[in-house]
Amino acid sequence: MPATRRKFTLETSATLGLIIVLLFAFLWATTSAFMTWENLVNLLRQTSINGVIALGMLLVIISAGIDLSVGAVVAIAGIVNALLLKAGVPLIVTVPVSLLVGAAVGLLNGVLIYDFGITPFIASLGTMTMVRGLVMILSGARMIASLPAGFAHLSMSTALGIPTMFLIWMALFAVTATLLRYTQLGRNMFIIGSSVEVARLSGIRLRRNTYAIYSLCSLFAAIGGLLLSSRLSMGVPTAGIGYELDAIAAVVIGGGSLMGAAGSALGAVLGAIIMQTIHNGGTLLGIDPFALQIIIGALILVSVGIDQVRVRRRSTT
Amino acid sequence: MSDLITARGLTKTFPGVRALDGVDFSLRPGEVHALVGENGSGKSTLIKILMGVYRRDAGEIEIKGRPIHELTPEHAQALGLAAVYQDVTLARQLSVGENFFLGAMPRSRWGGIAWDEANKRSGAVLHDLGLDIDPRSRLQDLPVAKQEMVAIAKAVFENSDIIVFDEPTALLTDDETQLLFSIIRRLREAGKGIIYITHRLEELFSICDRVTVLKDGACVRTLPVGEIDQDGLMRLMVGRSMADMYTIRRLPPGEPVLEVQGLTREPRFRDVSFAVHRGEIFGMFGLVGSGRTDVLRAIYGADPIDSGQVRLNGAPVSFFHPRDAIEARIGFLAEDRKNQSIALSLSVRVNANLTSYPAISRLGVLDVAAERQNAADCIAQLRVKTPSDQQVIRNLSGGNQQKVVLGKSLISKAQILLCDEPTIGVDVGAKSEIYKIFEKLTAEGITILLVSSYLPEVMGLSDRILVLYEGNPMGIVARRDFDEEKLVRLASGVAA
Repeated sequence: MPATRRKFTLETSATLGLIIVLLFAFLWATTSAFMTWENLVNLLRQTSINGVIALGMLLVIISAGIDLSVGAVVAIAGIVNALLLKAGVPLIVTVPVSLLVGAAVGLLNGVLIYDFGITPFIASLGTMTMVRGLVMILSGARMIASLPAGFAHLSMSTALGIPTMFLIWMALFAVTATLLRYTQLGRNMFIIGSSVEVARLSGIRLRRNTYAIYSLCSLFAAIGGLLLSSRLSMGVPTAGIGYELDAIAAVVIGGGSLMGAAGSALGAVLGAIIMQTIHNGGTLLGIDPFALQIIIGALILVSVGIDQVRVRRRSTT
Repeated sequence: MSDLITARGLTKTFPGVRALDGVDFSLRPGEVHALVGENGSGKSTLIKILMGVYRRDAGEIEIKGRPIHELTPEHAQALGLAAVYQDVTLARQLSVGENFFLGAMPRSRWGGIAWDEANKRSGAVLHDLGLDIDPRSRLQDLPVAKQEMVAIAKAVFENSDIIVFDEPTALLTDDETQLLFSIIRRLREAGKGIIYITHRLEELFSICDRVTVLKDGACVRTLPVGEIDQDGLMRLMVGRSMADMYTIRRLPPGEPVLEVQGLTREPRFRDVSFAVHRGEIFGMFGLVGSGRTDVLRAIYGADPIDSGQVRLNGAPVSFFHPRDAIEARIGFLAEDRKNQSIALSLSVRVNANLTSYPAISRLGVLDVAAERQNAADCIAQLRVKTPSDQQVIRNLSGGNQQKVVLGKSLISKAQILLCDEPTIGVDVGAKSEIYKIFEKLTAEGITILLVSSYLPEVMGLSDRILVLYEGNPMGIVARRDFDEEKLVRLASGVAA
């Protein structure tokens, strides 16, 4: 008998957990620098940024969409925030404003996809390019440094010894998992991801749901952008390049399917951890960064390949 | 001449299910051999083993007298086997001619593609079969019926001498069915062996020579069709006779609940008017393209209308979105179940609640206990066969999927059900269960609009039938005046 969905998700998560344990054990054994407090905290911080973005991407991918503009949103959130801070606007204002600017990009994606019927890939490719251009114009293609210490403090701070950034990520993880499991919007995402036509005939209002899904994705990316900017303690116009691919990879490794209607928050979190651990471990091992790219690419293909085999096995038996 | 196929003791087990249990099967040259049985009886497993898609666990297969050990799809094709499936599996973006040659287009002297030759050779086959199809037209621009004819012609073109037809008439009109039968007869005369799978028992008698009945993975009997009638076949398949199927208890219908006045959506249908009463089953009959489905979709708010009015319990309503109709307690069972009615990759639980989420949510937060309860009610009341409500609905049989579709409308408390071909792709057993459910629902005061292109069904169930022809209402026939010929004439645009 084919596995039920929940069992399937558990299987995936257990496999990913095992991979992480093996990775950690391997890196502990082979490098002296890996299992140090300093390195682990560093790893956690970087993973938190990518992990937050992956959670947003997860929502889009579950609804059978894709958002290539998240990397650009990372940049624009960081730049808008930095410009406002430099202009003397207090942090309490700059943060919500930059998050709103980020979310607006998602809303635009939603309008392009729902109202203009542009496929998500092309719509977000367009907005990605536009936003990248806008970031360059706003920043004059220069980094915006010497931000107030209070902002940088966010990424440096810890609570009970745990980096605040990680706590933010975990809070968003809880929010995403709850959203997917216990809310109408979460169910709608899965139903839309299974079939747009079924969703519409079931009475789901596609317009507002599409807007909500893409706005949420961009909001998550903007949060990631602020965390990154805080960590670098400046606004970097080229920040977040390629992050969209890392986010997609994390979701897919975590059991998400670009065909929609599959994926879990836990999977996306574990996927992000695997991606960053390999990055981090590879650097510590002194592996050629280009060779590392090959490894990560292969990892994506293997994890999706295994998934495909499993799906095929389920559908033919 | 020896048999084309001789199979003995075929057995195939999937985890937890014995799909095929020691089945014998033979196919002679120049015969049309029907394969019948309820869904899950093992028909498709048998075909998939013969086509090399599945590997058998046990049993022997001889094809054209040669014992076959390992059978792959390529091997089967090389041996002359071909299958025409109900959902056509050709490249729809390519031309008809290209589909004949897929991957092996004839080459010109310069290594380019010899289009003229390709079109000429494929055109000749189409012509020989009496098909008026231009090999240059794109497959997806052809009506479904013609696409199916192309698939058949391709099998002929490939010189296949064992051709499997899987529910070939499901999407065809009567005329097209007759054309298909004439092609099949021609193939039979040419000495080909044909395996014919169908749920429509009556057509089996006009085209088939022998019939094999499968039940629960075992072969019940193989016999010439002349030795049995429809009722007898039915009994072999399910242990129940035809006469029991449509005995819906009739009640005098109550007051009008749904009134449609001058409903028009050009170019699909125009000036459609009728009033349906509480507890009534109101049939709509017409050929493919007559606008039946479009009328249902317009009432449901899935498509906009040009003009006309809909009244619900006397009050005018206008639905701009299916949500409006659902809130007014109208349910819709779409014809294309897999693409419109169920979220294939999601669980039975979600599918049972598809139209009920707003009702069990407060401020967007779900009552998951209510969700689970709804699914449990759906499974229990409609006797859905599923290991659990967490099962992905794709893995259920067509009949059980359709029960979940019905269930979701009942859970969202629909009082009017718009049913478009509710028994398409559903086996006989589940069909009769669905009819029983209709009976129970109408007794409870639920009103059903039933679209069906299957005459025995629409005549057996409906109190009245509205006949449509190319979007024009041809008249409403009351039950006492039901007459097969009359309905067919109306549906063909001939005033009765």
